Amino acid sequence: MNMISIIFRREFANYFATPLAYIFVVIFLITNGIFTFELGGFYARGQADLLPFFSFHPWLYLFMVPALAMALWADERKSGTIELLLTLPINLHHAVLGKFAAAWALMGVALVLTFPIWVTVNYLGEPDNGVIAGAYIGSWLMSGGFLAIGSCMSATTKNSVIAFVLTVSLCFVFIVIGSPILLDSFPQWIPQFFVDSFAALGFLTHYDSVSKGVLDIRDILFFGVFIFAWLFASGVVIEIKKAN
Amino acid sequence: MIEISNLTKTFSDSVVLNNLSLVVEKGEVLGFLGPNGAGKSTTMRILTGFLSANKGTIKVNGQDLESNAVDVKKMIGYLPEGAPSYGDMTVISFMKFIGEIRGYKGDELSERINYVLGLVDLQGVSLQAIETLSKGYKRRVGLAQAIIHDPQILLLDEPTDGLDPNQKQQVRALIKSLSKDKIVVISTHILEEVTSVCTRAVIISQGRIVADGTPAELESKSRYHNAVTIKLLRPYDISEDLLELKEEFSIETIGNSSGYCVVSEKGESLFTSVSAIAYRKNWPIKEVFATRGQLEDVFSKLTQGAQ
Repeated sequence: MNMISIIFRREFANYFATPLAYIFVVIFLITNGIFTFELGGFYARGQADLLPFFSFHPWLYLFMVPALAMALWADERKSGTIELLLTLPINLHHAVLGKFAAAWALMGVALVLTFPIWVTVNYLGEPDNGVIAGAYIGSWLMSGGFLAIGSCMSATTKNSVIAFVLTVSLCFVFIVIGSPILLDSFPQWIPQFFVDSFAALGFLTHYDSVSKGVLDIRDILFFGVFIFAWLFASGVVIEIKKAN
Repeated sequence: MIEISNLTKTFSDSVVLNNLSLVVEKGEVLGFLGPNGAGKSTTMRILTGFLSANKGTIKVNGQDLESNAVDVKKMIGYLPEGAPSYGDMTVISFMKFIGEIRGYKGDELSERINYVLGLVDLQGVSLQAIETLSKGYKRRVGLAQAIIHDPQILLLDEPTDGLDPNQKQQVRALIKSLSKDKIVVISTHILEEVTSVCTRAVIISQGRIVADGTPAELESKSRYHNAVTIKLLRPYDISEDLLELKEEFSIETIGNSSGYCVVSEKGESLFTSVSAIAYRKNWPIKEVFATRGQLEDVFSKLTQGAQ
């Protein structure tokens, strides 16, 4: 635990030692605003909730999270610091978890900084703040899922642009898997069971209910297992690829 | 003590290390020599637990590397090839990170950092980002992180590569001063480094050890060890006079006909007998001296055709 926290602190502090964290957070807040107010029709709906805000998050994360995750391992391999890091008296999973946690914490910071919109909606009406809190947690969990994919893709290459493109593509796949457009296009003869289990892999299936404030333990479990699986895969990929 | 036995490492289809065995004792400063691609860095990387071998075992102070990787890594200080470090960080925050991972906290941590930065003369730039430093400074940052925990075993992969002559001297002096009661392994292809710092030299080629001994022992394997070099004031044929020599020898001309090198075929010292003849026959001598074997000769003899 101690090693993870040391690596976490280094990584997290490093985001703020460079302009990266600031640029990331600012762009995140601006695009969030555009999505919510311009595309989501926040005012026009006349409802005191944050549904337009949260429903755009999967699409916002599709580009923002890979940008954050792409450097996680690709840069370590490119600069050779991976050799320094992994010859320190730590285990590989300390490094994988510490780095992931730092990026995830930055996502958390970005999300927390969207609080003005929560203030706004509380000023204008009387929203269910429990629903909003649940949706925040769900959104953060989903960003963790995206990040975990990004961690693994970043480990596959020395080139962070390639890592970015791979991550965006895979995240896109996991978004559309649960979308009705795709699910409706399945032929009739495929058993519903298959369609359901397929849909269960998609982010939207789990996020939709969460963003409406229904914090189901199964959805939380899904994101937990999803993150764990991709981080585990990151470890395996790093182990295989570190010598190249 | 480091015990490497029967280490074999292959990358896809090329064999990088071929059944390599080596024991390094406490107090030794081992120069690990070999042409590029001979397997030096791979050996270092396996020793530090970064890569795993296909076959063979490594024990460090009795502990098996594979089963006790973290414990073994605690005993080792490692400067990877090219001295990688996190460029965005300042020297001091980088050292703090390494120090914390090495288990230091609070006052002890700052003491260690101050001490080590003093050793490698980095205090002046401690607040600068590492990426803004010159190559020599970066190398010293790499050295500082390797020695912060006063490791029993110090592995340095090309520690002076790319440094200017003064910096090389400094780094070598530092290594010498650190090497007491430790094991130091230096991988290098700069041969003068071996003669100046190492107590033992191992030459590897194509993943095998081809020579192992003190630098002096290796030098004596050179063809030119104990040869006599003669420089004359004017051209003079010495070959007839030298027929008196009892030892088997051959003569090589150096430059024009006024310089010679008399090489004993059996490596015996010819200096006394040759200089006696020179004196007696009244050669027009400018200088006469006994040649020491050069590590370069031995190195190229043993590793030629390897690339």
